[in-house]
Amino acid sequence: MSIAIESLQLIKRYPGQKKEDRPAIDTIDLTVESGQLYGLVGPDGAGKTTLLRILSTVMEPTSGSARLAGFDVMKQSEDVRALLGYMPQAFSLYPDLTVMENLKFFADINGVSAQKQKTRIDELLEFARLTEFTMRRSENLSGGMRKKLALACALIHDPKILLLDEPTTGVDPVSRRELWRLLSKVIQQGVTVLVSTPYMDEAERCNTVSIINRGRVLISGAPAELEAQLPFRIVEVKAKPRRALRAVADRTEGVIRWRAVGDRLRLSVSDPAKVMPRIEAELKKDGAEISILREASLLMEDVFIHLVEKQEAQS
Amino acid sequence: MGQGFRRMATMVRKEWLHIIRDPRTLGLVIFMPVMMLVLLGYAVANDVEDLPLAVADLSHTDASRALVEKFTVSGFYLVTHTAQSEAEILEMLDAGTVKAGIYIPEDFGRRISTGGSGTVQFYIDGSNPTVAQTAQLAAETVSQATSQEILVQRLERGGAGLTISLPIDTRIRYLYNPNLRKMNFMIPGLVAVILQIQTLLLTAFAIVREREQGTLEQLIVTPVRSWELMLGKILPFVLVAFLNVAMTVGVGAFLFGVEVAGSLTLLAILSLIFLLGSLGLGVLISTISQTQMQAMYMSSFIMMPSFLLAGLLYPRDNMPWVAYYAGYLMPVTYFLEIVRGIMLKGVGLATLWVWVWPMAVFSVVVFFASVFMFHKRL
Repeated sequence: MSIAIESLQLIKRYPGQKKEDRPAIDTIDLTVESGQLYGLVGPDGAGKTTLLRILSTVMEPTSGSARLAGFDVMKQSEDVRALLGYMPQAFSLYPDLTVMENLKFFADINGVSAQKQKTRIDELLEFARLTEFTMRRSENLSGGMRKKLALACALIHDPKILLLDEPTTGVDPVSRRELWRLLSKVIQQGVTVLVSTPYMDEAERCNTVSIINRGRVLISGAPAELEAQLPFRIVEVKAKPRRALRAVADRTEGVIRWRAVGDRLRLSVSDPAKVMPRIEAELKKDGAEISILREASLLMEDVFIHLVEKQEAQS
Repeated sequence: MGQGFRRMATMVRKEWLHIIRDPRTLGLVIFMPVMMLVLLGYAVANDVEDLPLAVADLSHTDASRALVEKFTVSGFYLVTHTAQSEAEILEMLDAGTVKAGIYIPEDFGRRISTGGSGTVQFYIDGSNPTVAQTAQLAAETVSQATSQEILVQRLERGGAGLTISLPIDTRIRYLYNPNLRKMNFMIPGLVAVILQIQTLLLTAFAIVREREQGTLEQLIVTPVRSWELMLGKILPFVLVAFLNVAMTVGVGAFLFGVEVAGSLTLLAILSLIFLLGSLGLGVLISTISQTQMQAMYMSSFIMMPSFLLAGLLYPRDNMPWVAYYAGYLMPVTYFLEIVRGIMLKGVGLATLWVWVWPMAVFSVVVFFASVFMFHKRL
C-alpha cells in the first residue's frame, strides 16, 4: 500500500505566539495510507484546522515537512493542488452564485474540460441530491445542502486525496448521516479521505483515527484497536434514586472514574467480573432499585477522555 | 499559457457575476462619480458672479448713477438693495442679505464735476476669502476703469477737439480657460480622482471579500496562478472605470460645457496606464488587509493626500515646499497634469511626456509588486 499523506515533525507557530508558548501544531508525524478514511479527532482548538490547512497547501508550516502523493506541500504546491480536493470548515463557496454557477466555476478553474463537465456535474448533483436546486443561490441553501455542495465542488476535478475540515459541524443529524454515506461512496472510488471531527462517535466510522489534543497526536490506530488497548472496561448502570447510585459509584472499590450519560452512569472499571457484584450489593444495601447493570462496549469517547486525562497529568 | 488564459477568463466571468448580482453597489459605482461631479460643480466650484450688492447713493447725480451701473455691468455684482446710510449697509452685511455695499456720499457728484476727487466707501463681507478676493478685485477694477474714463473726458473737454488715449493699454488674454471658470479646472481633476477612488476601493474590496467569505482558502487550492487571479479580478473593474471616465467627461461636456480639447484616444490610453497603478495599489492594500473595514481605512490613507496634495482643489504652486514635493510621490499628481493638459490645452504626448513617464514607471512597478506580493497562502 502506498502512502497518500505524510507529515514529518510538523510544527506551526502563529506569528502572535511567543517562543515559550505551545505551538498550534506541536511536532506532528502522520502517515495516511492510500484509500483510507482517516479521522482526525480532537476538541476545538486541538490544531485540526491548522494541520489540514498545512496539508492542503493553504498555510505554510513553521518547520517540518509534509507530502501528498509524494509531492512536497511547500516546494511542489501546484502539483499537490492538482490532485487535491479541500473543503474548509467555514462555508467557502460564493453565496451570490447559484449551485450550478459554483460548480461550473470550480470545474473551469480546475481545468476540467467542457466535455468532462457535462457528465461530472450531473453525476455530482445527483450524488449530492442537489439536482432540483441548480438555480438556487448558495446563500439560500440549508446548512446541510451547503456542505454537500461544497463537497461536490471539492470533488469536481476527481481528486485523488480529499481533505475535509469538520464537514459535519453545525449540520443536523440527518444531514450528518448523509454526508458520511457520501464519504463512504467517495472512498469506494479509491479516493483517500482525511477528515477532521470533534465528534467522538464519528471517529468510529473511520478506518484509522488519530486523536489530537493541544497540537499533539495522542494516539493513532483503528478505532477497535484503540478501544481494546484501554486498561479498563465499561460498566453501565441505571438505578433509582440517582443520588444513591452516584454515592455508590464514588465509594465502590475498583471504579476508576464514572460519568453520567443520559439517565445512566458509565463506570470505568478495572475488572467488571469483580466490580459488578460489588456494585449490586452496595446498591441493594442502600435500598436502590436497579434497572440496568451490565458491561457495555467501549467508545472512542472513553479512549479520548482517558488519553486527555493522561496528557494533562503528565504536563 | 492557454490554460492560464482560460482560468483568467473564468475569474473574469465570476467577478462579472458578482458585479451584476449586486445592483445596488453597481448603481453606486456608476452614479457616484456623476453625483460627485454635479455636487462639486454646483456647490464647490461656484464662480463668483451676481454678488448681492447694497447701494447707498446720497449723491443722486449722473456720475454716481454711472458708477453703480458699471458695477452691475461687470457681472460680478447685482444691486439687490438700496440704502440711505452707511449704518444701514452695515446692518445688511451683518444679516448676510448682501455680500458687499457701496456708499456714495452727497458731495460725490459735485467733486467729480469740479475736477476734484470723489470718495466712495466700499464694504466687502470677508468671511469667505475666495469671494472677498474676487469682490475686491472687481471693485478696484471697476472704479479704476471709471476713473480713467472720467479723466479722459476731462482732458478731451479741456484740450479743444483732442482725442486722447491712455499711454499704456494692457490687454490680457487667458489661454486654455478663457473665462477662468473653475469647472474647467475641476472636471479633469475629477476624472483623475474618480478613477483613483473607484479602482482602488473596488479591487481592494473584491479581493478582501474573498478572504472574509473564506472563498480565498478554496481558491488557493485550485491551480489558478497569482497573476491569473489578479488580472481576473481587475479586468472587470477596468471596464467599470472606463465607463466612469466616459460618464464624467460626458456630464462635464453636457452639463457644464467643459469640452475635451485634445485627443480622446490619448486620454483613454494614458488613463489605462494610470489605472494599472491604481489597481495595483488596491491589490497591495488587499494583501495587507484582513477585512473590508481595514481595506477601507487603508484606502483613505492613500485617497486623502491625493485629494489634497495632487492639486485637485488647490493649485500646487501655492503649497509649502513639503506639500509640493510630497505631491510628486502620488501618481494622481502626474495624471492630473495629463488630464488637464489633454482636456483643456489639447496638447499631445510630446508635451505631456514629462508627466507620462514617471506615472508609467509608478504603475508598472506597483502592478508587478502587487502580483508578486500576493501569495497564494493564508
